[in-house]
Amino acid sequence: MEVQIKLNGKTVSDDIPAGMLLIDFVRAHGCLSVKRGCETSACGLCTVLLDDKPILSCSTLAARADGRSVYTLEGLQAEASEFVGFIADQGAEQCGFCNPGFVMNTISLLRENPDPTDDEILAYLSGNLCRCSGYEGQLRGIRAYLNSKNAGEVQHG
Amino acid sequence: MRPQTLEEAWELNQKRRNCIVAGMMWLKMSRRSLSTAIDLCDLGLDSIEETEDEFRIGAMATLRQLEKHPGLAAYSCGAVEAALKDIVGVQFRNGATVGGSLWRRMGFSDVLTLFMAMDSYVELYKGGIVALEEFASMKSDNDILVRLIIKKRPGAFAYQAVRKQRTDLPSLNCVAAKVGDEYRVVIGSRPARAMVLRDEKGILTGGIVQDSTAAFADYAASNVAVAGNMWGSTEYRKALLAVLTRRALTALGEAL
Repeated sequence: MEVQIKLNGKTVSDDIPAGMLLIDFVRAHGCLSVKRGCETSACGLCTVLLDDKPILSCSTLAARADGRSVYTLEGLQAEASEFVGFIADQGAEQCGFCNPGFVMNTISLLRENPDPTDDEILAYLSGNLCRCSGYEGQLRGIRAYLNSKNAGEVQHG
Repeated sequence: MRPQTLEEAWELNQKRRNCIVAGMMWLKMSRRSLSTAIDLCDLGLDSIEETEDEFRIGAMATLRQLEKHPGLAAYSCGAVEAALKDIVGVQFRNGATVGGSLWRRMGFSDVLTLFMAMDSYVELYKGGIVALEEFASMKSDNDILVRLIIKKRPGAFAYQAVRKQRTDLPSLNCVAAKVGDEYRVVIGSRPARAMVLRDEKGILTGGIVQDSTAAFADYAASNVAVAGNMWGSTEYRKALLAVLTRRALTALGEAL
């Protein structure tokens, strides 16, 4: 079947099998940041933004994205670069396999709630599993970014 | 296939090897081989309509839409968000639909437990409007769940659950409710399908106080069947049942 998906801002047309998953579609079009993890809709590794909402691309048919907008980390590098350094500074990356999904969902969190509490951060990111870190490092990193941003805003009046 | 009418979707769904795709969270994990997947996403069933008297929730509305809906939050005293917020993660809840969650009538469903505590109905394309409590005990067929309807009868609701860890399936879930003059407690993840326990003995007639709450918790423990699975043994669930009923009723008392 023919689909037309706006992938990272560029319209991509393709003839795909009806049962193709969105994760396979985006990876076939060069977005290798999107990882296949649990395949039970639980780990968040395959997170992409569909019409600006984070979803699990391993559990979404590519056909359902027809005519819609899909963003992967490849298309959101600038937005991610604002905070990923703070996470790295906390040593929270370790193996790094969960990072793209984690970063995508963090982008979504900060768009929806620019100044979340720690509880709100943990709640929003609870669908992103990390088997290295215990989540404290990521939380500290995001908190450090928010503190830095808020201090900057105060300084700049 | 993305049918353009409900009739077209229904006709497609009459073939045994065809299946309606809702959020696809559970469907993708089954070993069932499909001939045609029927996607209802073009039928405009993804909105939540609130009127003076009711909420009309399209089957394709996501759990996240429900969780963030201010009208549902106000009517349910926060029980909708409390029941949905630990279902896996935000990404999952942006995909999972209310129709898919209710249609499967899974025992561990927080969604079924939550809405059975309200004056809720499902609209089936051929079967018409059916009380959710009745629907929960019906066998699956080839009809289509079009929307969930919640009558805004004056009431209050309180949700409680125990999970081994956040985002896991509940070992037991419970909603205590007062709808109109009727008290009801719904227990789910027993692990069988949720069931409604009404105050047939008038234990709560004098209101929710410490003694009546404890008495109703004992009544629930004696009248709700539980069993064991990997989320909890029979004995554990029996113990949880009384505790969660008491906690939910106490919270309900505070909400009234």
